[in-house]
Amino acid sequence: MAKIVIDGVSYEVDPANNLLQECLSQGLDLPYFCWHPCMGSVGACRQCAVKQYRDADDKDGILVMACMTPASDGTIISIEDTQAKSFRADVIESLMISHPHDCPVCEEGGECHLQDMTQMSGHNYRRYDKKKVTHRNQYLGPFINHEMNRCIACYRCVRYYNDYAGGTDLSAQASHHHVYFGRQADGVLESEFSGNLVEVCPTGVFTDKGFSENYTRKWDLQSAPSVCVGCAVGCNTTPGERYGSLRRLVNRYNSEINGYFLCDRGRFGFDFVNSEQRLTEPVRIVNGESQTLAAAELSQTLTEFSSGGAIGIGSPRASNESNFMLRCLVGEKNFYAGCADTEHEALQTIIEFAADPSFHCPSISEIEQADAVVILGEDVTNTAPRLALALRQSVRNKALSLAEDSHIASWQDAAVRELAQQQRSPLCVLSSYATRLDDVASDTIIEAPGVLTAIGFGIANKLSDKAPAADARSVGAYAEVIEAVAEQLMAAKRPLIIAGTSAGKTDLIHAAANIARALKEKHGSEKVDLCLLVPEVNSMGLTMMVNKENTLGRALKKLSSGAVSHAVVLENDLYRRADSGVVDAALERLENLMVLDLLETATTAKASVVLPTTAFSEHEATYVNYEGRAQLSFQVHMNHGAAKPAWRWLNGEQECDVETMVNRCSSEARGFDKLGQLLPDPAQFVAGMKIPRQSQRYSGRTAIKANLDVHEPKQPVDSESVMAFSMEGIPAQKDAAFMASAWAPRWNSNQSISKFQEEVNGKLKQGHIGTQLIEKLANGGAYLPPASPSTEVVDGSLEVVLAHQIFGSDELSARSDSIQQRMTDPYIGISPTDAQAQGVQHGDMVSLDGIEVPVVACIRSKMPEGVVAIYCGDGDINPHSLPATVSIGSSESPVGERGIRGLIVSDLLEDY
Amino acid sequence: MVNNPLTKNIDMSRPPLEITAYEASDGYQSVQLIAQGLSPEDVLQRVKDSGLKGRGGAGFPTGLKWSFVPQGENTPQQKFLVVNADEMEPGTFKDRLLMEGDPHLLIEGVIIAAYAIRASKAYIFLRGEYVESERLLRRAIDEAVNRGFLGRNILGSGFDLDVIVHTSAGRYICGEETALLNALEGKRATPRAKPPFPQVSGLWGKPTIVNNVETLCNLPGILSYGVDWYHGLTQGGDHGTKLFGVSGKVKTPGCWELPLGLPIRELLEGYAGGMQDGLQLRGFLPGGGSTDFMLPEHLDTALDYDEIAKQGSRLATGTMIVLDDKTCPVGMVGNLMKFFAKESCGFCTPCRDGLPWVEEIFRDFEAGHGNEKDLQILHDHVDYLGPGRTFCALAPGATAPLGSGLKYFKEDFDKHIKEQCCPYKH
Repeated sequence: MAKIVIDGVSYEVDPANNLLQECLSQGLDLPYFCWHPCMGSVGACRQCAVKQYRDADDKDGILVMACMTPASDGTIISIEDTQAKSFRADVIESLMISHPHDCPVCEEGGECHLQDMTQMSGHNYRRYDKKKVTHRNQYLGPFINHEMNRCIACYRCVRYYNDYAGGTDLSAQASHHHVYFGRQADGVLESEFSGNLVEVCPTGVFTDKGFSENYTRKWDLQSAPSVCVGCAVGCNTTPGERYGSLRRLVNRYNSEINGYFLCDRGRFGFDFVNSEQRLTEPVRIVNGESQTLAAAELSQTLTEFSSGGAIGIGSPRASNESNFMLRCLVGEKNFYAGCADTEHEALQTIIEFAADPSFHCPSISEIEQADAVVILGEDVTNTAPRLALALRQSVRNKALSLAEDSHIASWQDAAVRELAQQQRSPLCVLSSYATRLDDVASDTIIEAPGVLTAIGFGIANKLSDKAPAADARSVGAYAEVIEAVAEQLMAAKRPLIIAGTSAGKTDLIHAAANIARALKEKHGSEKVDLCLLVPEVNSMGLTMMVNKENTLGRALKKLSSGAVSHAVVLENDLYRRADSGVVDAALERLENLMVLDLLETATTAKASVVLPTTAFSEHEATYVNYEGRAQLSFQVHMNHGAAKPAWRWLNGEQECDVETMVNRCSSEARGFDKLGQLLPDPAQFVAGMKIPRQSQRYSGRTAIKANLDVHEPKQPVDSESVMAFSMEGIPAQKDAAFMASAWAPRWNSNQSISKFQEEVNGKLKQGHIGTQLIEKLANGGAYLPPASPSTEVVDGSLEVVLAHQIFGSDELSARSDSIQQRMTDPYIGISPTDAQAQGVQHGDMVSLDGIEVPVVACIRSKMPEGVVAIYCGDGDINPHSLPATVSIGSSESPVGERGIRGLIVSDLLEDY
Repeated sequence: MVNNPLTKNIDMSRPPLEITAYEASDGYQSVQLIAQGLSPEDVLQRVKDSGLKGRGGAGFPTGLKWSFVPQGENTPQQKFLVVNADEMEPGTFKDRLLMEGDPHLLIEGVIIAAYAIRASKAYIFLRGEYVESERLLRRAIDEAVNRGFLGRNILGSGFDLDVIVHTSAGRYICGEETALLNALEGKRATPRAKPPFPQVSGLWGKPTIVNNVETLCNLPGILSYGVDWYHGLTQGGDHGTKLFGVSGKVKTPGCWELPLGLPIRELLEGYAGGMQDGLQLRGFLPGGGSTDFMLPEHLDTALDYDEIAKQGSRLATGTMIVLDDKTCPVGMVGNLMKFFAKESCGFCTPCRDGLPWVEEIFRDFEAGHGNEKDLQILHDHVDYLGPGRTFCALAPGATAPLGSGLKYFKEDFDKHIKEQCCPYKH
């Protein structure tokens, strides 16, 4: 620690940081623009100038930029110095020269960092009376608006988009005061993380397009702390609602998970909540006619389903409480996994490994610390996108270590990047098709899954003789890579192995575990980071809840055998989980099928009773992420129609509030005993005072519904949560876990988060970050045997691998408007050689034998020969009906409206 | 003995010397010395002893700069020498004379500097408009390669050096050494923060020395004729000769190699022939567009880094821009402001947004819309854009003629306001 003096007051600070960061960590107000807590300093905006003195006798001092000055021991500075203040006022005056007077109509108004900093720096009246500089705006796709006239040229956007997120299609252009931030030409921003520009931009250049079209001020949004349901990472979010519609979703800081950033699926994929296809009434379907189900009927129906051995099928996208309640209703024996059998098998394996004391499943922030990574067959950009952004930071650890050797501070962002150039920590990507991380990978091996598995086993064997070897024939060509990767992992301080369920090959997970186990054997005491990704928001919770042998396959078999007359399907479309023929056969024999869901699906179409359930923002619930970390997500706004949380429907007449439900789940479900810790401690709250979901500045009464009723409707009462649908109460200033959106006096933008962190980039003060549910066993497992021989490929047919898309592969977000604009039709990725052999041109419609739906052919230069990557679209093709190999035929169908125009992959041949 | 080592081979009425003629004129002796075993440390010591200061503008001791390059086993083995030949300072045309007049002198200087810092690659970052320099340099490099002075294992010394000519796409900021490095790497030409200095992390993150053309052209003489000879060249406190240029309404504008320490009067009234008939000297910028004005009363100041600094200006590039009494000083400063505003890279706020405001105000003054409020804003910007306020030296450079202009030509600014026009045009 170092001692520094700021305006005569001594502070203990970390000398490895710069003065700006330390000033903010100490809770002091110092304005800034170009600095960002996790992008370091570049010294561009000059807004954070302070006066620095040589020593106690120095009365003159010099102006320095706090962000570019180390907080070394003995530093004496003044923020309040007259000259420093006047310089900061000059800087803001400069920045405002061409800034438009459009705050009243600007989407950023009210949460604008530029507004805050202008106030803080004391610029009131415009002296500039010349012509302003104006720019032309660009079309940047369905997510983001561009309004360049508001730009103050802080360079944050390009530093975030290119340097941090690895994008290539946004750049700083032109020079002097004409500097322009945009694309080379109008077009969709390609990065999967483009939405963060909205929060990174300190003013309203990049704004949320959907929000802009359905706008309300930040202070008029009703919001609560929530958890993203787009994948299994469980990023923390703040959805905002007004007048019954969910308007937008922004990042909510969690030091261990998402930090400051979300992916675009998470940020823009919430709109299904507002969908007109939402189910609103409980109905019974008799002879194809829907009849509203009365309350009395409902309890009778539930009795039917709770007796007589009805089968319950859970869901990886339903909360722990809903899965638990269904299990209670049908009994543990009759509660089945609601995911594909191969996935269930993989998930069981993952749960086992999660309890293995040799392994540690790293959080996103821990992944950023990895200094050697192997990814085995998981396309993380499309299956757990936020993790891909973290991996882009992990490869920079090499740069940071080089910088340390050269005595360059880690916050000197440009200097660190300059020093390291293309030198990165090793990242080996083993995949069956080119991935979006290949540009930062040290090795990329694109091969059929069988070969990938063999290479995985080969690496483990290279690390330890005890790990079983791979089939030498299939990895012969990769002996050098195997050796190199093994060496990199051995040399690393914090190696990381990543695999997951998305390839549908449990063998890959076994291979990954063997590598980690071999490293553990060699490294000794420390646990080895093994990150096994699961597909959905609560895949882990469901798997923990269900008996191992209760696979969906068994359930469907039981149903089709006619042994059961009743089944309940919880928030699940079985046609996405198993072969359509098998599901049809199972459902046909049923007398009564009750489906609880929020949107119509192929399964609700077969139901005799459909109960509408609430979406993630309409209920308080817990989910378990890929790490086994349980998190609590609060209700943001009122239910849609008659929708209820599924557990509440299943609980019938009995009175029960959500906290009781969580506690019940915690005490009754095996492995969930720590779930109750997530609940707020009543001792924290002043008696009777709830946490308002609305801000202190909420506009309250408006005329918006005056055409319906001139009386102001009473605010709904939330009788079960610690939060109120009101602006009354005591905002969560103490415990950030209950703080929906950050706000502090003088800090109206998301930058106010530093006021709630223990230190910049640190934990939230008193905020909890979720609870790890899975306890480690005393003893570790053993090495697993190598994979079974890979798929036999018949001449002329191609081995099938599944391709995933960030926009489209997730069922719920795919029902959101803006996401739909980014989706493609189902396609196959095929190598140029195979395409030529099949006589297929890029963009042709082709048919796959045995599959009804035609697909678009996408010739990808890096596809291995003999392998075809199939993207199934949003339920267009049932992945579980796909054979292991397919042959390709021609199709007469015209290319669909979407086609593959919006497809963003790294290996499209430019010729096409 | 030679007393004009920089220009002794230059005769602009004929093409520059080819390599054999250049060698006959004591050329490439230093390469022979290196082949005979002169060590890099020896070269460094001689250059340190010579007291040579950088001729690009800042006047930093060359040997000292070189000594910051980390040497030894645990340091990056790849090092670079970069020649700053992006001569764009207003009023400056000295490097062009050297490159067009005697390209081999620069190549020899490059070899010496690269050897001293153990760089195996040297880039000449050349102003794009200097097409003739490019042609001549490329030819000289070919000749030197053929003679074995460049390439692998130069004259059996074990020293390798490739010289690459890179023509700039053209921005004034590329003359700032770190922006030059970014441009050379294909990035936006914006300056880098220092520290780290290029000597530690320069081109592609490797130790790099950036030297000006004229600086390097001093080296062959120092090695061939010795430090004592070099010390004998000067008339003042700084060592060596320097190219001095004069532009503006003098009788014979031009560029001459003269000993440092010569009185300004001798340059202006002697070599440049004094003011054109009917014109009086009003003031002058002694070292290019980003130096403070000096007045006729300063004519007896020596052309020496320290002496000129005492008068509140800088010797900088040593190329003088002269202001006469029939030319509007407000217009002259405004013209410079227009240049600096346009050449701002756009990275830091004061420079990017401050200079255009200053430019606009000058435009208003010129158009007869000058006012006291704007005059005050000009004054404010002298401090606001000053040293330490901005990311690099561009804007502080612009404040030199601005601040001194406001001070020395106050009555002209006032007249613009009072008469609501430019008094020199009416």
